[in-house]
Amino acid sequence: MHELSICQALLSQVTDIASGHGASLVERIIIEIGPLSGVEPTLVAQAFAFARAGSCAAEAILSIETTAVTIRCMGCGAQSVTTPSRLLCGVCGGYRTQITAGDELRLRRVELRAPELQPAASATA
Amino acid sequence: MCGTCGCNITPGNAHLIPPRGEAGTVVEVLQDLLAGNDRMALHNREHFDAHGVLVINLMSSPGAGKTSLLEATIVALRDRYRIAVIEGDLETDNDAARIRAHGIPAVQITTGTACHLDAHLVHGALHQLPLTGLDLLFIENVGNLVCPASFDLGQHLNVTLLSVTEGDDKPAKYPVIFRASDLVVLSKTDLLDVLDDFDPARAAAALRALGGGTPMVRTAVRRAPALGSWLDWLEQELARPRAVLRSSSSRLAAAAASGA
Repeated sequence: MHELSICQALLSQVTDIASGHGASLVERIIIEIGPLSGVEPTLVAQAFAFARAGSCAAEAILSIETTAVTIRCMGCGAQSVTTPSRLLCGVCGGYRTQITAGDELRLRRVELRAPELQPAASATA
Repeated sequence: MCGTCGCNITPGNAHLIPPRGEAGTVVEVLQDLLAGNDRMALHNREHFDAHGVLVINLMSSPGAGKTSLLEATIVALRDRYRIAVIEGDLETDNDAARIRAHGIPAVQITTGTACHLDAHLVHGALHQLPLTGLDLLFIENVGNLVCPASFDLGQHLNVTLLSVTEGDDKPAKYPVIFRASDLVVLSKTDLLDVLDDFDPARAAAALRALGGGTPMVRTAVRRAPALGSWLDWLEQELARPRAVLRSSSSRLAAAAASGA
């Protein structure tokens, strides 16, 4: 589904970051995916295995951190952790809620291989 | 562990994995993965606002009646508003042809294998669609209750159709798209008397459980046409001062803009 588009967008951002830091290889990419992002972490991991080929992240590990759905009630102000299909306030039951976590689809961190280590690292990889 | 992509590295075991480049650089980013799409969506929205056109992203599963609703809406409103349509489908320009048959400009986007429209595809379509003088632009998304919800197109409002030939628990099964909706249209309600397994009250309860207070209206366009509540809602949105549109972007856009 659209997980491949997501991976292409991810790799485009990662490539920009790597070239901005003078690195040609990426060691590890850490992303956050919430249950309300509309994106399935398992499918992103599968799509990434294809999408990364030929890029600076061809050998990179993709770590996916998932988040819990958290809402804040605009009525009583309470925060509650809940499930994607029930977004009502856990305290007063109010429907005017704001999603404060759980809809992330975000690149958190990129770990780049130091340029001087690249020949040795690629020889042993 | 999976040696291919590291997909089962979790916050709990990540510390066990040695870094491969000892002197590597760690870059903290915290950027939305769809930042490129969101920038283009913002550009589209500025374009729409500059022309004072209200843009509605129409989403649903395949066959819920998006094009039929548009045809009936065009017939009802074309004397008072100038309307145009962008159609998204994997293949064929059948839907754009149906709209053009009513004398309304329509641009077809064929996505090939892509399951959703994105802001770049919509931007491309805008080059074939003059916005000057338009009041209302519908973007009929690819029939799919999953992927379209993740991509802001630059629209002002999201409308999701739920037809009574589907399950009444659809809002619970697809919370992302229904939560992102500004209005839910219960379509094909003229079939309710022959479909005893769809309970509109259960559909409304599943929608209410998603919070946000999204309103639901009923429509039918075939046997016993009923469009009143839908047209009332549209006219109310069309009557809002265009300056307000600039700040009252749809929930999907608001969520994207907040970086949440």
